[in-house]
Amino acid sequence: MQLYNFAYLDEHTKRMIRRAILKAVAIPGHQIPFASREMPLPYGWGTGGIQVTAAILGPDDVLKVIDQGADDTTNAVSIRRFFARTSSIRTTTRTPEASVIQTRHRIPETALRAGQIIVYQVPIPEPLYRLTPSRADAARMHALADYGAMHVRLYEDIARHGRVALAYDYPVMVNGRYLMSPSPIPAYDNPKLHMNPALQLFGAGREKRLYALPPYTEVRPLDFEDHPFDPHRADAACALCGAADTYLDELIADDTGRRRFICSDTDSCDSRREETGA
Amino acid sequence: MYVAVKGGEQAIDAAHRWMAEERRGDPALPEITPAQISEQLGRAVDRVMAEGALYDRALAARAIRQAQGDLIEAAFLLRAYRATLPRLVDSEPVDTGAMRAKRRISAVFKDLPGGQRLGPTMDYTHRLLDPDATGPAAPEPAPPEPPPGEPAPAEPPPPAALPRVMAMLGADALIEPDGDPAPAAADLTTAPLGFPAPRPLRLQALARGDEGFLLALGYSTQRGYGNNHPFVGELRVGEVAVSLVPPELGFAIEIGEITLTECEMVNQFAGSRNVPAQFTRGYGLCFGHADRKAIAMALVDRAMRAGELGEDVTAPAQQVEFVLSHCDNIEATGFVEHLKLPHHVDFQSELETIRALRAAAGDDDATL
Repeated sequence: MQLYNFAYLDEHTKRMIRRAILKAVAIPGHQIPFASREMPLPYGWGTGGIQVTAAILGPDDVLKVIDQGADDTTNAVSIRRFFARTSSIRTTTRTPEASVIQTRHRIPETALRAGQIIVYQVPIPEPLYRLTPSRADAARMHALADYGAMHVRLYEDIARHGRVALAYDYPVMVNGRYLMSPSPIPAYDNPKLHMNPALQLFGAGREKRLYALPPYTEVRPLDFEDHPFDPHRADAACALCGAADTYLDELIADDTGRRRFICSDTDSCDSRREETGA
Repeated sequence: MYVAVKGGEQAIDAAHRWMAEERRGDPALPEITPAQISEQLGRAVDRVMAEGALYDRALAARAIRQAQGDLIEAAFLLRAYRATLPRLVDSEPVDTGAMRAKRRISAVFKDLPGGQRLGPTMDYTHRLLDPDATGPAAPEPAPPEPPPGEPAPAEPPPPAALPRVMAMLGADALIEPDGDPAPAAADLTTAPLGFPAPRPLRLQALARGDEGFLLALGYSTQRGYGNNHPFVGELRVGEVAVSLVPPELGFAIEIGEITLTECEMVNQFAGSRNVPAQFTRGYGLCFGHADRKAIAMALVDRAMRAGELGEDVTAPAQQVEFVLSHCDNIEATGFVEHLKLPHHVDFQSELETIRALRAAAGDDDATL
């Protein structure tokens, strides 16, 4: 007996979410409220991303789920299983093979192509929450494009510490109009948001907001002419594939605190090792 | 009857009989036993022990039954009981570093010495109601044994003392040093809470504070009301030995084990005039297996250190006096619920005051 609909959500809910997605695509970077449902995974585990994914999945889709860049992290495994169980669609770990990629905290190293959709799990969709905890105040600032205070916030960092002290969830301006949280991806990933050929969707279940970047949207990190955006990555190469241009995880190798670094994107690391025979 | 406040003995007796009857429920059904509660509702027992501030699974289970499943009431029963116990000797500090951890995770490193151990957790279950109304499914069988002839996979080594993630960070001096290991902290259970409250005292209060209150306050920090950029450096659950030094012996003897959950939070800190940029700490420790409580406690502990670290104190979770004065659910439930007691003497005086005020206002109108 079929206890749940294809991809868990009922069709009415999917339609509601799709309408919100259409609106989000029409106003890039603008947060659209939606009637987020309780999902069978806890808030904070990716309920926004899961709802967006559930609303857009069709029977022919191929789904990839990553968390921290990796397909094998516990939460990625759990979400992939959830969709395999409720929709029986095909899943993959290969970025080029996927039609839909749900992600938490990373953008794959492999460039996305037109036709692919990447769905971000978003904990706090409101980039202005660092300035004001009130969402009503933040909405007014967005409406007036009143983002001076955010620049002041970054300026204060530079004045105090010599650089912007934001390492992840680094705010971006979308299409010259809306300030947007890119979700807690490392600032290193921010340039991949810009003019990306794939459709990028962002879902925040607990906060009941979703937003989007249509393909080829201009996305600029907030910065200053004399202090251009300057993201950091560990100054090392991957211990497995040797890549010196990917985002790295730091592992503690032993009790004496020796470190080693490996690619956070497991698929790109595996692919490179297959190519080079390493 | 409520009105019969004086001489209401019969009413009280009848109410208690009725309550006992309701608590027992349908007598055709078997009565639940404390052993069943202890074994099958373990998380409820953990919570009651933590908020009741008494580590005794059997008593906590009895309290839960007696309180009809009202966990704050059950914690209250334990608190009232523990208050009667003589305090003979302090135990040695428990060593959570030597914990036999059944669960140990770090959110800040993908892998680390000792490994990530999920242990018994609901974290990655899908919250789908069990379709079988008779109860949750029996445990799924473990993967099958290898057929005879094939070598059995090596048994995992018995859990050894796991190195602390925080110590690994500290080796690089990226994190502030831990607090003074042996401050002569007052004991919240024998001395009244006063302000300013040093951190050990705050942690005592949080450890037995209401899980829901700490949860809401911790959550508020994540949404911008006093954000402190937290990462779970390490969360571990397991048994630790409790030792004490009897005065007549002069050396430590182990008297038993308790299950604890410990959360060490790593918080990004951009530095201030006096303190360089570094990671700072939040700490949570509580009885039983209670991830939620330990994590929330660590968030609130770090939030309350805002003043000490030179951060603006603006949010509720950062206000030490506010948090500590309201985190105890035994105190809170008593005072909130006391509003249902008779207050007719006070109310009578209010009635007279309102009448007098209106009369005075009427007089004023008349004089206009």
